[in-house]
Amino acid sequence: MPKRRETLKDPEQEVRVFRNRSILAVVLVLLMSTGLVARLFYLQVVQHEVFITRSDKNRVRVEPLPPNRGLLMDRNGQLLAENRPTYNLTIVPERVDDLDATLSLLVDILELPDTDVASLKKRSRQRQRPYQPALLLSELNEEQIAQLAVNRYRLPGIEVEAQLLRYYPDADIMSHVLGYVGRINAEEVKTLDKGNYAGTHFIGKTGVEREYEDVLHGQAGLRKVETNARGRVLRELGRTDPVPGQNITLTIDKKLQQLGYELLDGRRGSIVAIEPSSGEILAMVSSPGFNANLFVTGISHKDYQGLRNNPDLPLYNRAIRGQYPPASTIKPFEALAGLENGVITPNTTVYDPGFYKLPEHSRRYHNWLRWGHGRVNMRRAIVVSNDTYFYNLSHELGIERLAEFMHRFGFGEETSHDVHGAASGVMPSDEWKRARYGQVWFPGETLSVGIGQGYWLSTPLQLATATAVLANRGNWIAPHLARRIGDEPLTLPKTKQDIELANDEWWDLVNKAMEDVMIGSEGTGRRSGQDLAYRMAGKSGTAQVFTLANDERYNAAELEERLHDHALFVAFAPIDKPEIAVAVIIENAGGGSSNAGPLARKMLDAWILREGKPEIPDETSDASEEV
Amino acid sequence: MALQESLLPNRGSTIKRRRSLWFRIHLDPWLLGLLFLLLLSGLLILYSASGQRLPVVTAQVTRLGVAIVTMLVLAQLSPGALYRWALPLYLAGFLMLVAVEVMGDVGMGAQRWLVIPGIVRFQPSELMKLAMPMMVAAYLHRRPLPPRIRDILVCALIIGAPIMLIARQPDLGTSLLVACAAIFVLLLAGLSWRLIAFLGALAGAALPLLWLNMHAYQRQRVLTFLNPESDPLGAGWNIIQSTTAIGSGGMQGKGWTLGTQSQLEFLPERHTDFIIAVLGEEFGLIGMVLILALYLLIVIRGLVIANSAQDTFGRLVAGSITLTFFIYVFVNIGMVSGILPVVGVPLPLVSYGGTSSVTLLAGFGILMSIQSHRRLLAR
Repeated sequence: MPKRRETLKDPEQEVRVFRNRSILAVVLVLLMSTGLVARLFYLQVVQHEVFITRSDKNRVRVEPLPPNRGLLMDRNGQLLAENRPTYNLTIVPERVDDLDATLSLLVDILELPDTDVASLKKRSRQRQRPYQPALLLSELNEEQIAQLAVNRYRLPGIEVEAQLLRYYPDADIMSHVLGYVGRINAEEVKTLDKGNYAGTHFIGKTGVEREYEDVLHGQAGLRKVETNARGRVLRELGRTDPVPGQNITLTIDKKLQQLGYELLDGRRGSIVAIEPSSGEILAMVSSPGFNANLFVTGISHKDYQGLRNNPDLPLYNRAIRGQYPPASTIKPFEALAGLENGVITPNTTVYDPGFYKLPEHSRRYHNWLRWGHGRVNMRRAIVVSNDTYFYNLSHELGIERLAEFMHRFGFGEETSHDVHGAASGVMPSDEWKRARYGQVWFPGETLSVGIGQGYWLSTPLQLATATAVLANRGNWIAPHLARRIGDEPLTLPKTKQDIELANDEWWDLVNKAMEDVMIGSEGTGRRSGQDLAYRMAGKSGTAQVFTLANDERYNAAELEERLHDHALFVAFAPIDKPEIAVAVIIENAGGGSSNAGPLARKMLDAWILREGKPEIPDETSDASEEV
Repeated sequence: MALQESLLPNRGSTIKRRRSLWFRIHLDPWLLGLLFLLLLSGLLILYSASGQRLPVVTAQVTRLGVAIVTMLVLAQLSPGALYRWALPLYLAGFLMLVAVEVMGDVGMGAQRWLVIPGIVRFQPSELMKLAMPMMVAAYLHRRPLPPRIRDILVCALIIGAPIMLIARQPDLGTSLLVACAAIFVLLLAGLSWRLIAFLGALAGAALPLLWLNMHAYQRQRVLTFLNPESDPLGAGWNIIQSTTAIGSGGMQGKGWTLGTQSQLEFLPERHTDFIIAVLGEEFGLIGMVLILALYLLIVIRGLVIANSAQDTFGRLVAGSITLTFFIYVFVNIGMVSGILPVVGVPLPLVSYGGTSSVTLLAGFGILMSIQSHRRLLAR
């Protein structure tokens, strides 16, 4: 083509080219439009169901309505655990653009110098599902609420939520009985009924709160609401009301519990009192106590370290987890074991020169009185707490028969109906020792067990339970803490067989011996038995913490306080119709009769002689009236 | 009156008298009618999309009034005058882009606005949407067509310089759309297929380069487009909510002002860039197809006007404006329905906003000028 022609415009060709290109453009435009329509058809017709579901899920939210937790009351209706209205701060991390910035702003606004952003951030992750508000702070004060209201626009995703918070009015005294509730942790989330706990922040961690979690929690309700994109509720579409948790009336008598706590006066120890006829635990004191309210909203690191590092271990529930040698308190039970197995009769006597020797052994097992009690029978052996008599008795019984009999009283077993975390103690036997230590049982070890030492360990709850069964003349009762759940009285299943002796009078013999412990001229507890207004049975015990070498003498002044003996005392009264059985243990307090005995007496006095006690109609007077 | 007959101007004696009336006021009745239908539909959707707030609608009506006046004024100018104005407009736009680069106002993380304090806030890139195709068409008007290599290189320079400035603001979407307008001029001028293929390959090769020069938020948009579920509450939120809105509308829609996605504010930017999702939710597939049909009729009418233009400049400008208009529609609906990445392109003449409506209707004013200033006996 000549160059000249190219430089000239050719209108005809231009129009033709333009028309062709226009037609091509229309084709392309139509094709692209078809593509759009195809896409829209896919979204609106093919996938319509998917998107209609998704759009409904967007706007309709199911909000859980947490139930109110049931209250805890003592046997007289005194409130022990209540729910107080408080304001919590919650966060929905999904609605927060910059979590760190928001949290540090929050710390500034609320003036929380002690709280660091990292711990708040950790809390913001503690929840069960996305979009669920996580609990950041509890118990906001009014000024903080006002500050939040003013700054609300700067804090998207942060809400102030009114909630009932658990409160324990007598926390120190009751903490070990009630336990406490705390934030649901990651471990608990795994096993929870997520639907029922969807709106719940707290769960029972220990004690009654844990044992009766199902009953106390109640049934969550829910409401269906329509929300906008910012989560604001526009209207309610439907609702199921929550069923509040049931109130529980405990067997505990608050006054008696308080008395026990005051009697221990901050010393390490425990007092457990049980009503023998029912097995109801009237008091279950572990000292020192702690303020359980600290745990409800999350205890601060400092407070927790303080409790953890306290040498008196206030978090340790001595009443049910403290395992102590029962010492001489078990001598009455052992006497029954001897009678039942025909090893002794009530009149069998043993001469006590101040020690006992196994046949063909040279080692001396000492009586607590170095020069001995002379000739003792069963009754006197209990009254003066003679060791030699029971060395002999246990040797003749043998460990197997001894252990079998003690199991009937619940030693070495966890027999409570509803005491969370109770330990089972140790009732040693040949079999037990082989399993535990892989060693055979030595006859000398039977002698230690015979005076409630050695491997034998029991909790204060076990001692009180056994004493109650003794007071019941063998009628088994399981110790328990709940008296009424909601409006229903607790139904207690029979978990163990009653103890039936070959001769029913043996109960009276042992009970009489225990009465003489309190009132006999030689009785170890006679100082606690003065001016009794009722018939009381008791038995002291002094548990060695520190094993003395043979022929070594115990000198309290020379030993460190922590190596002093534990003081024990068990008692029940009135003997004819027992109303209370009690076990007292004071760690490292020395002799049981002088240290633990007076406490047991005061507990019995307080319960039996209390004001407003319901009059029990005398059957004989009833009968005479009828005549 | 048959559609075909009416859409093709300058044919048949029955419309000659009416045409002469429209001619005198320099308007195209068909284009005008279709545009008004679109604007009215847009206001109807806007009312619903704004959460039924009448003030938003009246504000938009005011802006549209300004835009319509602009259109009517431009329609009165002769194509010759527009041809003469092409170079000054282009240069003015270019200088303002330079000014933005030097001292522009920063809004939404991008520097787009030129502010003369107290008087006006102005986006020079908006002016370029019209000045650019006019300039390229004006240049090609005097050159032999199809364009030769030398002319194409000149055009590349005319196109490239302002595009670079707009892209640097950064406003990738607008720069691509402005470039589109100019490229349509070249394509309609008869750019050879061999060159088109070559340039296409070149553009493809330049993509990785483009990626490296993108801002973080732009890359995020592309990534989100590729997989919106990767960040459902962040960048993916928009597209998930808009597809949900459209999809849940079904065939017939949930009814005007009854779309839950739109009314409960799940749909972001519901009265601006994402307004078509409101239509899709409330009027369903039927509504979508109808509005798309309206857009297509406007595009076809625009191309008809372009084909009846009497000189190169008019043809190229009219064709480019029309096709660019369609690209806006396609990109917006494609983005909202999830087949294109999210770029800030409003739905033409429906989305809330003044500037883009003024530019668009100004473009249609130019089309009407071209249509109504033909010499009657030219052919």
